[in-house]
Amino acid sequence: MPKQQANWSPYDNNGGTCVAIAGADYCVIAADTRMSTGYSILTRDYSKIIQLADKSVMASSGFQADVRALQKVLAARHLLYQHQHNKQMSCPAMAQLLSNTLYFKRFFPYYSFNVLGGLDSEGKCKGKGCVFTYDAVGSYERVGYSAQGSGATLITPFLDNQLKSPSPLLLPAKDAVTPLSEIEAIDLVKTCFASATERDIYTGDKVEMLVLNASGIRQEFMELRKD
Amino acid sequence: MSRFEESAPARGGFSFDLCKRNEMLMQKGLKPSSYLKTGTTIVGLVFQDGVILGADTRATEGPIVADKNCEKIHYMAPNIYCCGAGTAADTEAVTDMVSSQLKLHRFHTGRESRVVTALTLLKSHLFSYQGHVSAALVLGGVDVTGPHLHTIYPHGSTDTLPFATMGSGSLAAMAIFESKYREGLTRDEGVKLVAEAICSGIFNDLGSGSNVDVCVITKGNREYLRNYMLPNPRTYVSEKGYSFSKKTEVLLTKITPLRELVEVIEGGDAMEE
Repeated sequence: MPKQQANWSPYDNNGGTCVAIAGADYCVIAADTRMSTGYSILTRDYSKIIQLADKSVMASSGFQADVRALQKVLAARHLLYQHQHNKQMSCPAMAQLLSNTLYFKRFFPYYSFNVLGGLDSEGKCKGKGCVFTYDAVGSYERVGYSAQGSGATLITPFLDNQLKSPSPLLLPAKDAVTPLSEIEAIDLVKTCFASATERDIYTGDKVEMLVLNASGIRQEFMELRKD
Repeated sequence: MSRFEESAPARGGFSFDLCKRNEMLMQKGLKPSSYLKTGTTIVGLVFQDGVILGADTRATEGPIVADKNCEKIHYMAPNIYCCGAGTAADTEAVTDMVSSQLKLHRFHTGRESRVVTALTLLKSHLFSYQGHVSAALVLGGVDVTGPHLHTIYPHGSTDTLPFATMGSGSLAAMAIFESKYREGLTRDEGVKLVAEAICSGIFNDLGSGSNVDVCVITKGNREYLRNYMLPNPRTYVSEKGYSFSKKTEVLLTKITPLRELVEVIEGGDAMEE
């Protein structure tokens, strides 16, 4: 009898796109608010972004049930950290925690494509924007910008062209943050989403943007095509 | 149908010659090429003076929009139009082919084409290809016998209906039709209902999108309303715009002359038979 293939999958793809850009003293994280399955829309108003700590915000696309479970685990671990160390987790520390959490489920992964953004809070990098990008099993890297999700292949080449971020493999290590101002970065993100929406069927409805800087966190929404 | 394959049946229909070879290649790991499908919402309805056809304008290739404003309402005859869903190449090819056959038939008979003629030509072609020609059509027109509306499925079956929808957005559009359709609609009511059904497909189905095309066919007249509605303008255009600097950097310029490979023999026998 030939090998039987599984006819039930524990995963589903709810679509969506996430983008994050790190600046000299700010960080922009954005994600669309459409949740879909197959050719249907489940809801036009779903937030894929969560604030994990004072200066850490995570956006995740993929299977939202796994994303929600991952968010709960991270929130619980952060609470534990606060009790034990009497302070908030820094963004690089949260980045490592996320990587470990994802690798812990190496053989039944969280179907979650994450991008973590925030402000660095240690030493001479204090207040600088940082963005970490992940794959589904926890491999991560600090970068100047990143896109994940169904529209990532449409957005990344455009960001590569406009932001010209140096490779982290270069020696001496070059600054990963972009020289753009906050206003310009937000304009760039809006353009990215408007363009990705034109050509990707899973991206649309609205884009939720979170901007972290020295004065705190700000949230902005922009309407996208609904077709 | 090709000159080079004598073994192909002269009458057309699906040729099974390469099936075994394709199976073998798939087992070896070759992925079949993907088709440009039209994801799609197409509709038709009969109103008091004739028929109205409607379609969206998005063509998809998997999750990517290949064409934001394609034409899905195809011309068959001056009094007959056909909406197509499924593989874009198949719908184009089959409607073009039958349109040509109808024209020749018009010359032969000296009469206006009838919708049932187009119907029979389409269904027999699709049946002979056993569903491999992936074209799902909504055929509508007005001829001497009156207004007609038919749906044609890829395997060759047909239905005759007062209102019809096809494509991935057919359920969203049919929901609108089933609630609001009634017999004896006026032209404006009919166009409004068709546009509403297509919009339902555009906004609720991810395979359909962009604009609404409408075609109104009445006795002796037809109006092809391309882009009747444009409910999806681009939401954000940056004021300052973006420039893309030329990124070709000249790293090294080296000129290597090609070596003479041909030996010229003076007085030799060149090109002798």
